[in-house]
Amino acid sequence: MTDDATPSVQPATPVPGPVRVVVVDDHAMFRSGVRSELTTAGAGQVEVVAEAADVDEAVAAIAAHHPEVVLLDVHLPGGGGVEVMRRTIHGTGAPSQHGPQPQFLALSVSDAAEDVIGTIRGGARGYVTKTITGPELVSAIRRVADGDAVFSPRLAGFVLDAFAGTIEVAAVDEDLDRLTEREREVMRLIARGYAYKEVAKELFISIKTVETHMSSVLRKLQLSSRHELTRWASDRRLL
Amino acid sequence: MGWGPLTWDAGRDMTTAPTDAPYTYRRATRDTEAPIIGGVAAGLARHLGLPVLWVRVAFVGATALSGLGVALYAGWWLLLPADTAFETGTPGAESATRGGRRPGVRRRLGDVGPLIVLATLGLGAILLVQATLGQGAVFWSIVIGVVGIGLLWRQADEVQRERWITTGRMNPARLVFGSGGWAAYARVSVGVALVVAALFIIGLDGGSLQEARLALLAGGLGVAGLLFVVGPWVFRLSTDLSAERAERIRTQERADVAAHLHDSVLQTLALIQKSAQDPATVARLARAQERDLRSWLYAGEATDDRSVASALRGAAAEVEDSHGVSVDVVAVGDCAMHETLRPIIAAAREAMTNAAKHAGTGRVDVYAEVDDRTVSVFVRDRGVGFDPEAVPEDRMGVRNSIVDRMTRHGGNAEVRTAPDEGTEVRLRLPRPEHTHQETS
Repeated sequence: MTDDATPSVQPATPVPGPVRVVVVDDHAMFRSGVRSELTTAGAGQVEVVAEAADVDEAVAAIAAHHPEVVLLDVHLPGGGGVEVMRRTIHGTGAPSQHGPQPQFLALSVSDAAEDVIGTIRGGARGYVTKTITGPELVSAIRRVADGDAVFSPRLAGFVLDAFAGTIEVAAVDEDLDRLTEREREVMRLIARGYAYKEVAKELFISIKTVETHMSSVLRKLQLSSRHELTRWASDRRLL
Repeated sequence: MGWGPLTWDAGRDMTTAPTDAPYTYRRATRDTEAPIIGGVAAGLARHLGLPVLWVRVAFVGATALSGLGVALYAGWWLLLPADTAFETGTPGAESATRGGRRPGVRRRLGDVGPLIVLATLGLGAILLVQATLGQGAVFWSIVIGVVGIGLLWRQADEVQRERWITTGRMNPARLVFGSGGWAAYARVSVGVALVVAALFIIGLDGGSLQEARLALLAGGLGVAGLLFVVGPWVFRLSTDLSAERAERIRTQERADVAAHLHDSVLQTLALIQKSAQDPATVARLARAQERDLRSWLYAGEATDDRSVASALRGAAAEVEDSHGVSVDVVAVGDCAMHETLRPIIAAAREAMTNAAKHAGTGRVDVYAEVDDRTVSVFVRDRGVGFDPEAVPEDRMGVRNSIVDRMTRHGGNAEVRTAPDEGTEVRLRLPRPEHTHQETS
C-alpha cells in the first residue's frame, strides 16, 4: 500500500482537470477505502496520486508528486498532521519552486476539539470527519483546491464555541478576535447542516459572498491571538 | 475503519515480561488462590507433583519431631512468594479480574474432611511431644503463640492478595486490614490476643502474677522501642510502595480501557458477521460502535442526562439505534440539565424520529446552541420534505408533540419544510433562571 508513496516520474506542473490528491493516513484500510471511494465518486474530478502512512512518507510524497490537495489525518505517527504541514510549508528540504503549495484538508475520526483547531491553525483549509460520504468528500476536495475553506458542521460548532463569549482585554486585535454578525450567521447555518448554496439562499447573499465569509473566518481562526483558542477546549468541558 | 490505534499493550508488556525470559527455572510458590493456612502445602504439592494430602501428612508427622513440621511450615510460609504475583493472563482476563467480573478466591470445602483429620492428628502429635518432654505451660504458650502468629501471617497474605488485585489507594490501615470485613478484623485481633496471651503465660510460668505483668510490660516496651527505630523505614517503604502502586494503577486503568474497547468491538464484529446480509443492520451496528469508541477515545462526550448537550446526544444515540440513521449533534455552549428544559429535549427527539422515519435520507443534523437566556435546537434533514398545508388535522405528530409541547412550556417551535427541500424544525426555550454556571 505504501509503495505508492515512493517517488516516481511525474509531470512537474499539474495538468488541468482532475485534482491531484495525496492521501495521508496511518490506517491502510482507511486509505484504500478513501482511494476506492474517490475513484468511483470522483472519477474525472479527483485523482489519487500517492498515499503515505506517516509524516516522513507524507513529506516525501508531497515533494515528489506536488499534489494540489493533501488529505491529512490529524493523528499521524511522527508528530501528527500539523508536522506534515509545518515541514511542507516551511520547507525542510521540500523545494516548492515546482509549483504552488498544496492545500491541506484535514480528515479525521478524532473529534478532540484542540486537535481539530490545532490542525486548522497549522494551515489546513478545512476539516471533515471520516464519516463523510464520497460525493461530499469530492466536492470538499475541489473546493479546497480552488482555495476555499471547508467547514463541516462540527468544525463550525467548534469555531462558534471558540469565538463565543466576551473579550475582557482591549489590547487584543479586535478584527481578528471577533466574528462579525454575518460570519456568525454563516457559521451557525453551516453548523445546522446547511450546504453553501442553502446558506446563500437563506441569507439572501451570493455563494461567492458565503465563500468570502468562510475564508475570513478561517483566517481569523488561524491568526487570532485569542488565548481562548488554545485553551478553550478544556474550558468547554467545565460545564 | 481501522482499529489500529486501539492496540494498547502497555499492561501486557508489563506483566508478560518476566515469563518471556530466555531461561526460566521452575519456582515453588504458595497457593494463595485457595489457602487453608498459608497455602504452603498446596504450593509444595504442586511444585513436587505430589497429592496435597501427602504433603500435609508429612508436615503433621514432622511436627511430632519437636515441632519440626511447624517450623518448616513457618519457614516456607515466610520465604515462598505468593503465586498471584506471577500470575499473568490475557489483557481481557486481567481486566475482568480487576473489575471483579471473574471468580476470585475459592474456598475448598471439599478439603474440610481431611483437614479435620489432620488437625486431630496434629493435636495428637502435640500431646505426644508434650507427654514425652513434659514442658507444661511453656509448651502451651508456644502453641498459642504459633496459632496467633499464623493468624496474623494469614491476614498479611490476604492483604497482599488484595493489593495485587484491587486498585485503590494504600494507607497504613489498609496495609494491615486490607479493605476490612469482619474476617480481617477478627484475624488481626484474635492473632494479637493470642500472641499477647502466649507472652503472658510465659511470664506466669515463672511464678507470680506480678512477674507476668512485668514480663508483658517489658515485652510491650521492647516492641514500642523497636517501632520507633524501624518506624521511619517502614513509613518510607510504604510511601515508595504507594508511588509504585499509583504508576501500576495508571497502567492497569489504561489496560482496562483498552480491554473494554476491544471487547465491545469484538461483540460488534460478531454481530456484523451474523447480519452480513442486512446492510441496514450492519450500518447501524457500525455507527453505534463508532460512537462508543469515539466517546471513549477522544471526546469524552457523555450521553447522560446531566447537561443539555449530553441529553441531546443521548437522544440522538437512541434515534440512531432504533431507526438506523446517522444523527450528528453539534452543540455550542452547554448548561446543566434542568426540569424545565426537558420539553425541548423531548421535542428534539420527536423531530429526530420524524426525520429518521420520513425523510428517507438516513442522515439528520442536529445543532444546539445554549446562551445566557435561551436554548435553541435545530433538527434538519435533506429529505423529501412535505407540504405543511396538506397534512390533515388528525395527523397529530408534528403539531401536538412538537409545536404544542413547546408552546405549553413557554417556548416556540417552527417547522420549515417544502416538498423535496428537506425539513428543519427549530425549537427555542428560555432558560429557567441564571443560577447555573454559564458557559456560552
